Amino acid sequence: MDNTSSGSGFSGPGLPSAYFSPASSSFADFLRAASPELLPARRVPAGAAELDAPHGTTIVAVAFARGVLIAGDRRATSGNLIASRDIEKVHVTDEYSAVGIAGTAGLAVEMVRLYAVELAHYEKIEGVSLSLDGKTNKLAGMVKANLEMAMAGLAVVPLFVGYDLEAEDAKHAGRIVSYDAAGGRYEEHAGYASVGSGSLFAKSSLKKLYDPDADVDAAVRTALEALYDAADDDTASGGPDLVRRIFPNVITITAEEGAAVLPAERIGTVVEAVVAGRAERTHHRQS
Amino acid sequence: MPLYASPEQLMRERSELARKGISRGRSVVVLKYSGGVLFVAENMSATLHKVAEIYDRIGFAAVGRFSEFENLRVAGIRHADLKGYQYDRRDVSARALANAYAATLGSIFTEQLKPFEVEVCLAEVGATADEDQLYRLTFDGGIFDESPFVVMGGQTDPISAKLKDLVDPAHDLATALGTAIEGLRAASPATNGNGAAAEAEQIKLEVAVLDRARPRRAFRRLSGAALEALLPAKAEPVEKPADGEGDSGGDSGKDDAEKK
Repeated sequence: MDNTSSGSGFSGPGLPSAYFSPASSSFADFLRAASPELLPARRVPAGAAELDAPHGTTIVAVAFARGVLIAGDRRATSGNLIASRDIEKVHVTDEYSAVGIAGTAGLAVEMVRLYAVELAHYEKIEGVSLSLDGKTNKLAGMVKANLEMAMAGLAVVPLFVGYDLEAEDAKHAGRIVSYDAAGGRYEEHAGYASVGSGSLFAKSSLKKLYDPDADVDAAVRTALEALYDAADDDTASGGPDLVRRIFPNVITITAEEGAAVLPAERIGTVVEAVVAGRAERTHHRQS
Repeated sequence: MPLYASPEQLMRERSELARKGISRGRSVVVLKYSGGVLFVAENMSATLHKVAEIYDRIGFAAVGRFSEFENLRVAGIRHADLKGYQYDRRDVSARALANAYAATLGSIFTEQLKPFEVEVCLAEVGATADEDQLYRLTFDGGIFDESPFVVMGGQTDPISAKLKDLVDPAHDLATALGTAIEGLRAASPATNGNGAAAEAEQIKLEVAVLDRARPRRAFRRLSGAALEALLPAKAEPVEKPADGEGDSGGDSGKDDAEKK
């Protein structure tokens, strides 16, 4: 008398049987069954090339006392041309997590969008949120699914930050997880991480500036210094545009406020201080 | 099974079956208030929910057979998430989902051996009070646009009669909650399946709101300290479901903390 076993769909009007399948709380799995054409494309273009070098971007993540933040530059490049000056590379994915993505812009945006819906979908169906590890594993699965495209040169490499509500030590509840193009998942215990073509420069900068006991303002300053250094040496990462007032995007995650996008004015103030500091050092040295 | 039964008789028997199943259970009240839509359900369980979130501005409440309306709930969430993903979050409406539910329930009523013994209410909250919508879906595929309240399950007549005079969409949340509880008490306990004494009645409640003011996801469960703060002060003691921890998602937990 079970009207809704997945085998016996009713062919009449109304919700199709795939909607009633008891299977999973995963939105991506449901898409595969109901509307596979909406999943990120799986066809591999002809002439697969080797895995690309790190991509045009710098994303940095910095953990601070009782929280974590993620920041990204605003430039998208296509060869030697600037494709976009104000692209948003870091996104809030749910109340206590955010993701920044390096790589092919179109695929990256699609992946983040699907990921955010995936997290909310699970929470609505199950009644509870995924654990932080569950969320990061899910993201690893999505990156892995993109491996064929990655090997054709269209890689997508995310950087995940989240506030772990179940952490024993609230001071270190901010967590950072990095990925590689093959879907490998790495917890970053150092307290900072970076991904993208400018990541080497950003990491060197963070290595010297990072303070695990910093408050949110100091951590924001550290992240913006690192992005400035990355943009200084990597053409594919954009520095602050003081003329147009385009600054890096920053998202902070704390227990009190959850995931919050910092307003541009506040970032602008800090960026101007960073730039002024650099100008002073340069002129001081030259004089 | 008889060799032949007239279609009318079949339909009548199915209706009987569904109606009996629904009236045997406990009641759910959904009503509009100034800040959005309030759901109040009599629910002995703290974990098997009758009220749930479907999408950013859409909520779901149901009575009847749990496994059947659980299926509808999951299908509704999938429908909404798919539409929102395919187009945009703003393109998801309760009306479209209500139509889909009505068609589904109608199909099941006529084509399956046993109808779904459920009644469903879909609520959508808009930018202003005029844009709030309530839909009631019946086991046979009926769809009704209701305002300003919906009563389902158990003995609905005494509750409706009581609420007709009391419900006012301009009330604030605490007043609306008091009204809903009064309405639920109006149902005669003997026939309502509550099984409790008439006087010092302990009703376990599942309460949730669609709060217009919240930036994206309007749905919020009220339990524990947050719910206690809103209950009518002089009323008889009412048992609340388990506090915030057992409830869904980070949302309600965080809001309980804020409400303190």
